[in-house]
Amino acid sequence: MSTLYPDSEALPARERTVLNLYLVSALMLFILLMAFGLAMRLAQGAWIAIPPNIFYQIMTAHGAGMVGTVGLASSAVMWFFLRKYVRLSLPIFAANYAFFMLGAVLLLGATFIGQYAGAWTFLYPLPVHSMGIWTVGAAAVFMLGYLLIGLGFLLFYLDAMRAVIRVYGNLGRALGLQWLFGGTIDKAHPGTVVASTMVIIVNSLGILGGAVVLVMSLVNAYVPDFMLSALFTKNLIYFFGHVFINSSIYMAVIGVYELLPRYTGRVWSVSRPFLWAWAANTVLVLIVFPHHLLMDFAMPRWAMVVGQVASHAEGLPVFAVIAYGALTNIYRSGMRWRMPSMLVVLAMFGWAAGIVPAIIDGTISVNRVMHNTLWVPGHFHFYLLLGVLPMLLAFMYHLIGERADRPDRGGDKLGLMVYLLGGLTFVGMFLAGGHASEPRRYAVHFVEWRPYDRVASIGAALVISAMLLFAARICRGLLKAPVRSGASLKE
Amino acid sequence: MTLQDEVWWITLAGIGGVALVFLYVISQAARQAEATQVQARAYAIRRWFFLALIVLGVGVTAATLAPFPIPNQHASSQARQAVKAVGRQWFWELSPGRIRVGVPAEFQVTSADVNHGFGIYDRSGRLLAQTQAMPGITNRLVYTFTLPGKYRVLCLEYCGLAHHGMILEFDVIGAPEGQS
Repeated sequence: MSTLYPDSEALPARERTVLNLYLVSALMLFILLMAFGLAMRLAQGAWIAIPPNIFYQIMTAHGAGMVGTVGLASSAVMWFFLRKYVRLSLPIFAANYAFFMLGAVLLLGATFIGQYAGAWTFLYPLPVHSMGIWTVGAAAVFMLGYLLIGLGFLLFYLDAMRAVIRVYGNLGRALGLQWLFGGTIDKAHPGTVVASTMVIIVNSLGILGGAVVLVMSLVNAYVPDFMLSALFTKNLIYFFGHVFINSSIYMAVIGVYELLPRYTGRVWSVSRPFLWAWAANTVLVLIVFPHHLLMDFAMPRWAMVVGQVASHAEGLPVFAVIAYGALTNIYRSGMRWRMPSMLVVLAMFGWAAGIVPAIIDGTISVNRVMHNTLWVPGHFHFYLLLGVLPMLLAFMYHLIGERADRPDRGGDKLGLMVYLLGGLTFVGMFLAGGHASEPRRYAVHFVEWRPYDRVASIGAALVISAMLLFAARICRGLLKAPVRSGASLKE
Repeated sequence: MTLQDEVWWITLAGIGGVALVFLYVISQAARQAEATQVQARAYAIRRWFFLALIVLGVGVTAATLAPFPIPNQHASSQARQAVKAVGRQWFWELSPGRIRVGVPAEFQVTSADVNHGFGIYDRSGRLLAQTQAMPGITNRLVYTFTLPGKYRVLCLEYCGLAHHGMILEFDVIGAPEGQS
């Protein structure tokens, strides 16, 4: 039996414990936060009653929690595969988890005890201007929670940066920049290292940007004379937020590169288009954030043009290289359909399809009538719920031994169908709501909007049902069976 | 067909296209072919696919950015009605409260407290135009109403407890005789 990946994936006991902590926590959080999402859609559909103050607390916790949890789970994917090529620090990986959980406690405490409901985006000056609904202290605790989470991630990235530089000399060589314009590409250069390096670069910068705006906002909270520019802080917040969530996607994609070849039996090695795609991603992810500010007319015109052009250009690497590469790897490969491979294919579809409405919304003339309608949660839920989350689930199913040589359980496949049906229904209703001009983030919906909310609630309930099944199966597998080494491949 | 309708159908077509490609590849996944042959053919197709995306991107950029869809914020407006719009937690102030049909209106939008979103809706509930209302900044939104009647402003940026209730109704009235 040969293997595409010669390094063992077997984890020593301590590593396995920390990884299990990441994944079990992430699954529990995903289910809790999905339940929050369902509650919001039920309330908008007037099937249940939630007072607006509670609704907006739930909305704040849902947004902050989901962004953080996707980051947490994705960093586990990156850590697991990157550690095969470079030496990563377990204490720092564990510290990231500890900082995350501590930060999460502060976020939840600020939200549900302190009644903070300033949304995950904490746009200045809302956190300190609530009209008496929450205190400045609650807002400060929320922002401190963010800072702790960011600190953990920054430690993780700095450790990964140190480890990558030790093996590859510098970040440019790890990205494969030396092969962009010529030269013989080392086909053994791991795609995981390329993708990880891109994430290390962009998310370190993103988190630093977030730290700057958080510290400025905290100072302003207690020294109001230290005034901030609403436009400048908004730029920093969206720079940080966009880079962070994009990085989470790209960390999860590492799992696709590592897992898919094991089911197709085909090597997925780096190529010049591959390296160009990731080099372009490194730049595009950093400069695309102005597409969140297209309706801030005071923004410089050149920044808006950059926002639109970069939004459209960001689709190129995804469509023409990553998704296309995956499909080429699958096409007439004699693929073995197992839970990880099915989830990977769903993930690539969800990601590629989900960015269609996102790219369209990145067009200024479209943004004029779609910005901050339900179109926005429509597209990001599409590629997060049907793209990133299946990537994470594929990784988890892989870990519990649901590999090419193990039969699947019928329940898992049924769960996958329910997840797909529920997910498409759920995100479809967001997009339909956006088409009908429904504003996002409304605790109370007009009567004419409720049918969308109600169908979306059914979709959300289906997704949660499937997630409960997946989570039970994965948690049992993670806690019971040791992680097996290596990955079998067809000869 | 409204802009929202166009966006909707283009999106459905795009997602449908992606789905069809995936379904086709999935339908072929169980068969086996030499990897090098598959790659060679796929990469040849990709060159054209890439070129098509580039041409599409350049075309869309040119078609959607010229003329620039947002009014120049620094030049004097050609609009013949100036409307001051101020967002406050949680209500709107619009002055004057009546706007003439068929005459470009420049909404000078700002906020007295936190970020709001100034979204103009027609009577059918369709979003016509928007801009952000921000403290310390005035964004100028130019829109020409083509039909008289009742319109509404809804807040499109989350601004706290009564964000969803921040709605103002205003009238668009027919132009006096002799004016267009």
